[in-house]
Amino acid sequence: MSTPTAETTYYPEVEQSDRLGVWSGKNVPRKEDKRLLKGQGAFVDDLWMHRQGHVHFVRSPHAHARIVSIDVSRAQAVPGVYTTLTGEEVGELQQPFFQMAPEPAGLMRDYCMAVGKARYMGEPVVAVLAESAELARDAAELVEVVYEPLAAVVDGIATIEPQAPLLHEEIGSNVAWHGVYDYGDVDWALENADHVVRIDRLHFHRFSSTPLETTGALVNWDPGTGVVEFRSNNQMPMFAAMFIGPAIGLGIDHMQFSSQDIGGGFGIKITSYTYLTALALLSRKAGRPVKWSESRWEHLAASAHGNERTFLDIEVPVMSDGTILGFKVRAFDDAGAYLRYEPLGAVIWSQVVPGNYRFKHVRVDYTETLTNKCPVGPNRGYSRLQHLWLIERIVDVVAKELGFDRVALRKLNYVQPEEFPYETPNGCIYDSGDYPAMLDAALELIDYEGARARQLASAGSGKRIGIGIGSTLDSGTNNFGQSRIINAALPFSGNGEAAVVRLDLYGEVTVTIGTSPQGQGHETTAAQVTADILGCSPDQVHVVAGYNKAANTYVGFSGTYASQFAVTGLGAVMGAAERLRGEIVKVGACMLGAEESDIELADGFVRLAANHEAAIPFIGIAATVFANVAELPGELADSVTLNCRYVYRPPFTVPDHETKRGKLTLTYASQVHAAVVELDEETGQVTILDYAAVDECGRKVNPKIVEGQVHGATGHGIGAALYETFEYDADGQLLTSTPRGPCVAALRSRSYTRSALLWLS
Amino acid sequence: MATEGAVHAIEVTVNGESHSLAVPARRLLVHFIRETLGLRGTHIGCDTGNCGACSVICDGQLIKSCMMLAVQADGCQIETIESLGEGADGLDPIQEAFKEHHGLQCGYCTPGIVLNAKTLLAENPHPSEAEIRRALKGNICRCTGYVNIVRSIEAAAAAAEATP
Repeated sequence: MSTPTAETTYYPEVEQSDRLGVWSGKNVPRKEDKRLLKGQGAFVDDLWMHRQGHVHFVRSPHAHARIVSIDVSRAQAVPGVYTTLTGEEVGELQQPFFQMAPEPAGLMRDYCMAVGKARYMGEPVVAVLAESAELARDAAELVEVVYEPLAAVVDGIATIEPQAPLLHEEIGSNVAWHGVYDYGDVDWALENADHVVRIDRLHFHRFSSTPLETTGALVNWDPGTGVVEFRSNNQMPMFAAMFIGPAIGLGIDHMQFSSQDIGGGFGIKITSYTYLTALALLSRKAGRPVKWSESRWEHLAASAHGNERTFLDIEVPVMSDGTILGFKVRAFDDAGAYLRYEPLGAVIWSQVVPGNYRFKHVRVDYTETLTNKCPVGPNRGYSRLQHLWLIERIVDVVAKELGFDRVALRKLNYVQPEEFPYETPNGCIYDSGDYPAMLDAALELIDYEGARARQLASAGSGKRIGIGIGSTLDSGTNNFGQSRIINAALPFSGNGEAAVVRLDLYGEVTVTIGTSPQGQGHETTAAQVTADILGCSPDQVHVVAGYNKAANTYVGFSGTYASQFAVTGLGAVMGAAERLRGEIVKVGACMLGAEESDIELADGFVRLAANHEAAIPFIGIAATVFANVAELPGELADSVTLNCRYVYRPPFTVPDHETKRGKLTLTYASQVHAAVVELDEETGQVTILDYAAVDECGRKVNPKIVEGQVHGATGHGIGAALYETFEYDADGQLLTSTPRGPCVAALRSRSYTRSALLWLS
Repeated sequence: MATEGAVHAIEVTVNGESHSLAVPARRLLVHFIRETLGLRGTHIGCDTGNCGACSVICDGQLIKSCMMLAVQADGCQIETIESLGEGADGLDPIQEAFKEHHGLQCGYCTPGIVLNAKTLLAENPHPSEAEIRRALKGNICRCTGYVNIVRSIEAAAAAAEATP
């Protein structure tokens, strides 16, 4: 496997990788596990505050309806009901949320609850606050809302027709964004190709990763200080703050966010800022803390869904030898009723324009549309998975129509191992990979030849055997500058994360990070790299659990999302640990009467490299700086704090709005998975007979954690392919009511566990 | 509109401790465990008996505590995740196996799944992989793909066999 080249500078300014390897790279047991196994975690629903009230939302039963009147008087009269909040009040109390779309879609007036009109089934219309959750729910039944139902539109393409019902009058159409991504010369390619393969329509269905813990929050607007405390499971709190603050007139300094344990996120918990806003307004009105725990039905109907995308009029130029020159497609992405994080999905797919292939000529005419369905949000490989699926379908269809072997066609068209770093047609840099070798490994694991033989033998048996190959990329560490491709006026670019590594009074090493983990083991891996740099054991490193804004360890993009912790989160931890190491060495050298170059750190001691007896434990360094500082020369004492903050900044520049080119992400992990499935012709039942996962992610800080992530992702992929869907009827009524279907998917796929493999780079 | 309504006196033993309390008729067992007794290790992932996050052991049987009213637990012996492992820090062998084999990620489903494993191994000390997967059908995990959960339970079974 090729190693990352100079194009991928993982840790700029911090050249300490020679120190890694004692603890990082090893299967250190997770620090999180004890509390989670014993039920001692602190999830949001486990939190409470004195005088808290419980919230229940009255939600629209209609996909599209004018709200004629709301009467909360009967609900408010119930003893134990503290207050209510209606959309009409929200219209007075809240400015519409900041929109990332350019005009006209940017004119959208989006509020935390329906104001004047409900635009999807399940949209919150009234909030009821009461002394118990049961009472709030009972009282919500007494709220009388008169609706005037309007025609709904649920088709992501038909919605742009002039006769379609208009969701947002201020926009004037149901188009959220439109743009053409045009790389190379696809017209030339189509003219000069030996064959042109056409595919009329492909549809990637609506889905959701449905974390087991639903969304929730405990919010308190403190009347004395004016500070609003958000204890929630939002997974990107600073992004939430950017939306909440201007909407309700709060400075970031007056918003406190925290979370400890989060029960899965997968992106869905990024857009909960609308609910946090409603809860803040409710808390201010009631003068007490408010707690909300979303029900599973609410989560399915009204949190966020994954983007639903339809591809039309696909044309693929192919040469006689099988070389695919690129493709041309019209894509329609159905964002649902509001733009929340969207329309970023309209650019994020372009992190992987050619997928794993050497396609040079690609034109994607991309339209994002609005429909009367739950708003979409970042979810599970956000926006890239639909595009990568399109590309793999194209390759399979080309193979079938022109009679190529699917394996050979892939190998011929893959980016080749010697071509890395590989620049895509839109200027992204694929850092590393060996896709042909990964495909070989996957096929070997499923015994491809044997599976082919079974496939032939199954003909006429009533069971059909299919073999599927998926070649994908997981682009990690976003350059938020790609938002400028959507809207040149947006003030975002780059990325980053902050960390503090501190040596405390008794020599304790404490780490705080700006991330908000949901099971990825950040406490463990942060301790591993810190231990390597400071020459101690991970057991000596205390990584503060969860996110807390008060720790002053955050930047604008802090959070846990989009495959970036190992780069941004650990990059920040390493930078901060390296700074602390420098201070410890400086103080230690002074105390030992030596040069800094004579000092080494090992086993929690500062010592002379040449004489291990001359050693000071960390407590000796810390106690001197904190409590015996007159022993140190003033200049030295003034130059150390043992409290070191570092912000990791990936080396990004701003992509070009006009050409839609730039370096959109920093890293590219690659995957080749292969599946053998059996379809029962009579029942339609699909059984997975074999499954191989070959994944390459470069250096692994904790291989067992990485392997666990692959298992989980594989389960989600199988769920997406076979079990998950969110079906609406023509009136916009959601027909999906339980998460059961998707979630049992992996249970049924018994044999894939035996062939799952991590490629060791 | 329903109200808090009548309360009923119940006597229930939870993790060896007896509780005599008056509870509203409508109160679910899971809310009784979490809110009334303050045992927050039992989680809620749905309200329809689908996910298993609220699993507890009632008179030796694994049940979903969102599918039972607190009044129905009158006279029952309940075990929750808080009963496993000694003291605040001790892990029992099943929990050790989950830690060793990375059988958990976010940890939200974990208490229910550990109690499921405990019940399974009590009934069937040497389950096959298929039996483990069948036993897990009532518990949803979205993080692990179940791979390491199955490995953890297999390891716990093997460890129990190795320890007389």
